[in-house]
Amino acid sequence: MTAEFWVSQAFNGVSYGALLFLLASGLSLIFGVMRIVNLAHGSYFMLGGYVGLSVVWRTGSFVAALACGALAIALIGIAMERLFLRRLPASQALGQVLMTIGFALIFQDVALLIWGGDPYTIPAPAALSGVVHVGGFRFPTYRIFIVGVAFVIGALLWLGLEGTRTGAVIRAAVDDAEMAQGVGINVPKVSLLVFALGAGLAALGGVIGGAFLGVYPGADFEVLPYAFVVVIVGGLGSLPGAMIGSLLVGLLDNFGKALFPELSYFTLFAPMALILALRPTGLFGRA
Amino acid sequence: MDRRVLLVALGLAGLGAVAPLLPSYPLTLLTQALVSAIFAMSLDLLLGYTGLPSMGHAAYFGVAAYTVAILAVEAKVGFFACVLAALVAAGVAAALFGLLAIRATGTYFLMITLALGMVMWGLAFRWVSMTKGDNGISGVPRPELALPWDLSAPLPFFYFALAGTALAWLGLGLLVRSPFGMSLKGIRESESRMRSLGYNVWLHKYLAFILSGVFAGFAGILWAYYNGFVSPVDVQLVTSVEALLMVALGGSGTLVGPAIGAALIVFLKNFVSVYTKRWLLILGAVYIGVILFAPRGIVGALRGEAARGES
Repeated sequence: MTAEFWVSQAFNGVSYGALLFLLASGLSLIFGVMRIVNLAHGSYFMLGGYVGLSVVWRTGSFVAALACGALAIALIGIAMERLFLRRLPASQALGQVLMTIGFALIFQDVALLIWGGDPYTIPAPAALSGVVHVGGFRFPTYRIFIVGVAFVIGALLWLGLEGTRTGAVIRAAVDDAEMAQGVGINVPKVSLLVFALGAGLAALGGVIGGAFLGVYPGADFEVLPYAFVVVIVGGLGSLPGAMIGSLLVGLLDNFGKALFPELSYFTLFAPMALILALRPTGLFGRA
Repeated sequence: MDRRVLLVALGLAGLGAVAPLLPSYPLTLLTQALVSAIFAMSLDLLLGYTGLPSMGHAAYFGVAAYTVAILAVEAKVGFFACVLAALVAAGVAAALFGLLAIRATGTYFLMITLALGMVMWGLAFRWVSMTKGDNGISGVPRPELALPWDLSAPLPFFYFALAGTALAWLGLGLLVRSPFGMSLKGIRESESRMRSLGYNVWLHKYLAFILSGVFAGFAGILWAYYNGFVSPVDVQLVTSVEALLMVALGGSGTLVGPAIGAALIVFLKNFVSVYTKRWLLILGAVYIGVILFAPRGIVGALRGEAARGES
């Protein structure tokens, strides 16, 4: 256990947490506004990766892949929300679960149909493929890029939610959708916006993650529990919660895998259980 | 005895009577349907009777199945000891997870049970020295009992599973009709009212959680012996959610409904996968269709009709 081990593992954990933040912040916001437990959220991540892959193959541009992936999946999210999820009463959590898992299965099969069962890796741009040396430690440039993207997105979300009119409207809808509707806020429109944003962010994470985790069948259900744990730990509907939760989960997962490979899920979920035992609504959540 | 109980008993007896006439493929499908029916009924105790939508129910099914597989294959332990150990394992897992999950309500309960279910999947997948990881454990022998029939043949094993199903149905049926079961329904309808009436709501939910886990474990035991092979697939999220679909499709809070739902899903999966490789697509559409068009499930819809006819 050298200093090298601790520093590089900690950095890997932080960068994985950054990726999780892209995935989980959307899930948390969607839940906050619509009270929907979206089990298709991991599918957005996977589909985003696949769309990004195709775009990179066609155009060779990583930036285009990011934009197209996020946009395409945001549109899918809009269609899902408008045509299906809106029909369900918010009280029917089980209905939402079954419907969104239905979509997740369909997405999984469609992806298999279009892209086949082979795993792929999205080629990262050359500028991001090196290693940065800082004080004798080596940090992969791509992972620094991920942290940077998450930082920028997090800052934008924060400023958007706290500093703009739209953000105030979203926060009002999170706090009390009925009351917000009562004072003239178009809550269905806000829901649609948030759903599109959440799906797009997850897809962005999928494209970015596709360059170091890869794009493969089953990625959807692999990342989903992580996103859930982040949201559970941080608190449903809370952006700061999603930030802290992502960081915690990223670090725990990395050290868990490195130190106790056979029990790695345990090392992730046991602290979650502990947090829940002390604070049943998560670190930043409200009942 | 009321009519429904008689109908189910007749149905089970009818299945037993028809079974010798069936070829082995439909017979194995029926056996699968029976195992799934027990699993779905066990979930209904939580979902339909107590109002707790568990998304990690495969954990207890899987713990029991793995316990049987590990003991029977690695340690050559006999049938009854395996069953006992597996039921205890499922009960202990449910008792531990319940401590965490029961604290939460609504969506938090859903998410916590999902995450706890993933813990089990993670163990099955990663704890390779114990579970053989992704390869699973194969070669679970069929139980050797002092019976005149050899349980490795499809028909005797079908009867074995049928007896197990009848037992589980009887046990769960008595449970939901007992004063304890009535209190569970009361909690489902209004937790605060039950609390102010002096019921220990937490303890009721906790016991329901454990019992439900034990019955799921019972299904897991049968599955391990039926399938002869246990793998992380048995513990994964999709298995948990499939059980939810079975309950929702048949009608929650009815026991018969989930059993019918389970049979339908098992048959659908098998028939569709014969004709097309795209069965996930169809299964996904079934999930969405059930929620859109039959939110109360088959039995719920039939009862609604009957109630309308009577009034």
